[in-house]
Amino acid sequence: MRALAELFLLLVVLTDFAVLGTSRLSACIRAIALQGLLLGSLPLLVEGAWSVHAAVLGLGTIAVKAVLLPAFLRWAIREASVRREVEPLVGYMASLLLGALALGASFAVAHRLPQSADASLLVPVALVTLMIGLLVLITRSKAVSQVVGYLMLENGIYLFGLTQTRRVPFLLEAGVLLDVFVAVFVMGIVVFHINREFDSISAANLAELREY
Amino acid sequence: MLLAAIVLVPALGAALAYAAPRRATRSALLVGGATLHLLLVGWLWTTTGATAFAGWLAVDALGLLVLSLVSVLFIVTAQYAVGHLRGESTRDSRVYPTCLFAFLAAASLVSLSHHLALLWVGMEATTLSVAPLIYDRHDRRSLEAVWKYLVLSSVGIALALLAVFLLATAQPSVAGQRPLLLDDLVAGAASLDPRWLRAAFVFAIVGFGTKMGLAPLHTWKPDTYGEAPSLVGGLMAGGLTSCAFLGLARFTQVLIPAGLGTFARPLLVAFGLFSLLVAAAFIIGQADVKRLLAYSSVEHVGLLALGLGLGGLGTYGAVLHVLNNGFVKGLLFLVVGNLVLASGTSAATDIRGMLRARPVSALLLFVGLLAVSGSPPFGPFLSEFAIVSGAIREHHPWVAASTLLLLGLIFIGIARMMLEMILGDGRSAPSAVPAPSREASWMVAGPMALAGIVLVLGLWLPRPLREHLAQAAATLGGSAP
Repeated sequence: MRALAELFLLLVVLTDFAVLGTSRLSACIRAIALQGLLLGSLPLLVEGAWSVHAAVLGLGTIAVKAVLLPAFLRWAIREASVRREVEPLVGYMASLLLGALALGASFAVAHRLPQSADASLLVPVALVTLMIGLLVLITRSKAVSQVVGYLMLENGIYLFGLTQTRRVPFLLEAGVLLDVFVAVFVMGIVVFHINREFDSISAANLAELREY
Repeated sequence: MLLAAIVLVPALGAALAYAAPRRATRSALLVGGATLHLLLVGWLWTTTGATAFAGWLAVDALGLLVLSLVSVLFIVTAQYAVGHLRGESTRDSRVYPTCLFAFLAAASLVSLSHHLALLWVGMEATTLSVAPLIYDRHDRRSLEAVWKYLVLSSVGIALALLAVFLLATAQPSVAGQRPLLLDDLVAGAASLDPRWLRAAFVFAIVGFGTKMGLAPLHTWKPDTYGEAPSLVGGLMAGGLTSCAFLGLARFTQVLIPAGLGTFARPLLVAFGLFSLLVAAAFIIGQADVKRLLAYSSVEHVGLLALGLGLGGLGTYGAVLHVLNNGFVKGLLFLVVGNLVLASGTSAATDIRGMLRARPVSALLLFVGLLAVSGSPPFGPFLSEFAIVSGAIREHHPWVAASTLLLLGLIFIGIARMMLEMILGDGRSAPSAVPAPSREASWMVAGPMALAGIVLVLGLWLPRPLREHLAQAAATLGGSAP
């Protein structure tokens, strides 16, 4: 179980880099869906034994992060007929390099943290997912890519939360999951409106409001 | 039971308002729900130590103060919204009551949560509940505003969630330490791991600070308040920021007994002073009155953080300032909304001669100007005075001096714009002066009530209120005068 959990965590890191290195939005969404699937199977693997709590949390996560939200984002790009990220603020090679840097930093930081958690890979993978999420959010100009970045940021925090999963009650996890779902849903609706208003879902068009 | 009702009544109201077929029904629901909520909160003042759901919901002085502020602001906003919606489309009259009720439910949940993860769930819900209202005008500018608001707030709130998880990690797994329950955290503060606790606080100040709009995390604020309908702006600047302050205060409440006050306080003071500085820089020379109010909100949340960080009398001032700032912001946004409506623009140079055109709103704006700049005899004078003298008493003369200097600059900036709006003769832009007309009573009743409250708070604090303020300050390591 432990070995499988570590394998899955490494796969999560790979999906992080998949999002960083691609310009095709559909590939980004596929990667984030796969990440959701991995995240959903982790509660069971981390806990190492069957429990209703872990199973329900896992299924809920898969339903929201691997099925519903990716389907919704796919709908958004189909409606807006956008395929590619055009002009990221930071190029793809540079993003990948920054990602590698973030990976190194995460392991360095996690190594120095007081270890109260037993899963040794969980904390660094959580940190790197969080940082790469932020990077995507800041450097990509398409609104859909920014939503993907936000989801990765949330996923990183979710991974960190898994270290505490036995202590935080199920109801709250459900609440957190619901909030994330609604947040992305509202963002998706705004993305749809941005598309209708500007004929493209580039958040870079949103630059009218500023100090004079 | 009562605690659950305070959260569930507005939640139910949201569902009913969405389902109700007619506008009149929805308006009646909005005012009825707001009144019921206020009555329930009033009832809560007469009880002590109510808890529900194994301590997850509980009432304490600090939570009750924020809850009461939100409830009073809400009833004023609801009454204003009913008048505002009379001339609007059916779609609006469905979206407004639903979102407003959802906001009230979420804000009540935040005020009553003694479980920090539950508090987070409520905080996120308040963020989302007002998003559709910001996009009210359905044009490019409001679209841009709502996108910035959503992205920045969501990132902020996500980091606050990380802070909650870090706090859980700091807690040892022993009996008597139920995870993330505030009362257990405070009681067993000495056993918390300080390294994780420090990390938790840093993320809490960034996360909740984004929601409060502390500089440099305030960039969503001018755009959002500038574009949102003014009644929504008032509710956000008065209510939502206070809820976010409560979140930050809850973390402070844990850190101080854990012996990390020396770590948390300088951070809070730094964020506070920087917010004042940024507010002063952008208020002077500001051209848009709603954006000016947004920067004024940056200033006042800065004062809250500053007071919280100073400890002693300063913290008492901050708790009192939560109320004063909330009411004054409600007053200013509604009155400015009236004037913007009268002249059809929020560009300050195009709003002139309002004393003749809209005398009641103009006078109320003058009251708001005095109050927001901390002049006696209004409430904010007392709380700002407490914060500054707190700084002197805690031996931070430089903090006190720079605060006073920045407050003075901000006063000049705000007064210059608002006095022109009230008294300006419009010689440069004659079209800016609309024909004098009587204002509808719904436009001025709410602001008048708020002006009255702000005046009373400056002259006399009732005994129960004083006791609650002192108690709330004490839980945050402060002391009443």
